[in-house]
Amino acid sequence: MIRNVEVMVIGGGPAGLCAARAASEAGAHVLLLERDDVPGGQLVKQTHKFFGSERQYAGDRGIFIGQMLVKEVTEDPRIEVMTDATVLGMYEDGVVTVLKDNQHLKFRPKKTIVCTGAAEKFLTFPNNDLPGIYGAGAVQTLMNVGGVKPADRVVMVGAGNIGLIVSYQMLQAGVDVACVVEAAPNIGGFLVHAAKLRRAGVPIRTGWTVKEAYGNGKLEGVILCQLDEKWQQIPGTEVDCPCDTLCLAVGLTPLSELCWQAGCHMEFIRELSGHVPITDENLMTSVEGLYAAGDVSGIEEASSAMVEGRLAGYAVAVSLGYDVERAQKEVEAARAELVELRSGPMGGKIRAGLVKVAEKRGEAGC
Amino acid sequence: MRIEQHPILQFDRGEKVTFTFNGQKVEGYTSETIAAALHAAGIRELGHSQNLNRPRGLFCAIGNCSSCFMTVDGEPNVRVCVTKLKDGMVVEEQEGKGVVQA
Repeated sequence: MIRNVEVMVIGGGPAGLCAARAASEAGAHVLLLERDDVPGGQLVKQTHKFFGSERQYAGDRGIFIGQMLVKEVTEDPRIEVMTDATVLGMYEDGVVTVLKDNQHLKFRPKKTIVCTGAAEKFLTFPNNDLPGIYGAGAVQTLMNVGGVKPADRVVMVGAGNIGLIVSYQMLQAGVDVACVVEAAPNIGGFLVHAAKLRRAGVPIRTGWTVKEAYGNGKLEGVILCQLDEKWQQIPGTEVDCPCDTLCLAVGLTPLSELCWQAGCHMEFIRELSGHVPITDENLMTSVEGLYAAGDVSGIEEASSAMVEGRLAGYAVAVSLGYDVERAQKEVEAARAELVELRSGPMGGKIRAGLVKVAEKRGEAGC
Repeated sequence: MRIEQHPILQFDRGEKVTFTFNGQKVEGYTSETIAAALHAAGIRELGHSQNLNRPRGLFCAIGNCSSCFMTVDGEPNVRVCVTKLKDGMVVEEQEGKGVVQA
């Protein structure tokens, strides 16, 4: 049996929750599919306060923003939330198949918004597969969702926002943070996060990397070394740093498999951190009726993911003829918010990526 | 080890339960995933790689990377990082790709 759905939102993180809410608010019926047993995406573990402006809930902790969005969505009579539901395939005839409770379900949505988010990148060095070498997000999940002390002593790789924030959160969980190493010559994240670590006495070593890890059956330590201006390891600079956990915060990459499978025009755009679907100004991909919002179409902050979700949700409502005039105004308001969020010096990379997306639109037919 | 005091968070761990890991009794809580309970008990080695037999632990903890596949109650390829703990669960290291029981 194939069930017809008006709007399908895939992924219940910040983008998906906001997309579902926007489409429903204008009058559409939404089915929100979430792979995990609860919606909220990675907001469920983000105990730090968000930046941005009031409309993006700046000043609130991610975890509370997530709880508020989930409450709005679950109380909304036009939104059905299906958890433990993994989308397996998107077919040429518009059928979407889903795994839920070991059942193979089939849906035919009129419109689909893909909000599948991102996955953590890995780093290459000898013994990088030892137990105890974790993604920074994994450590955040263990401690902030599971309540488990993730490590006794940790080395963090990466001084972007995730590396800095998770290092600070580990201090809050009682972990000894040995140091943060960053291959680039400068700290990539907000300096306010770096300052909190430095005040706590955690050194941030820029121009350093992990040469190798060691341990018998599990991680026992890492050898760090310095990099020259061409990012080559400098012999003789090795430092042995005993630790039971190494945390990798070396960036995210879009989880865009479903967009590939659906036949979207994809491009590798370095500034967006991987292969992304080319989208138009309404965030619709080259496949009619298929939209992409949030990290799946380029790695950015959760604040922008929420606004992109809202943009796509209202754009879908407009295309279905719901409350067109007002929904269109919401689309334009969301576009303006995104411009503002991306306007500072930290937005340079994403702006460069989006220029490339715009250049590819003709080729993609968007 | 579990976090007892946290400046921002409070943890509702649910009920205390007992399960087995490779035959060894381990305690955990119903709101925890199998991986979190094992980690809290100091168990990080969840399996071995198929070709080189190298020890394997979790990596992503959100059900994405497949590094934490184990056999749970006889079912292979269970992502223990996203599977909630239940009383009496039998959690075992998986041999190779595992065998799906008919």
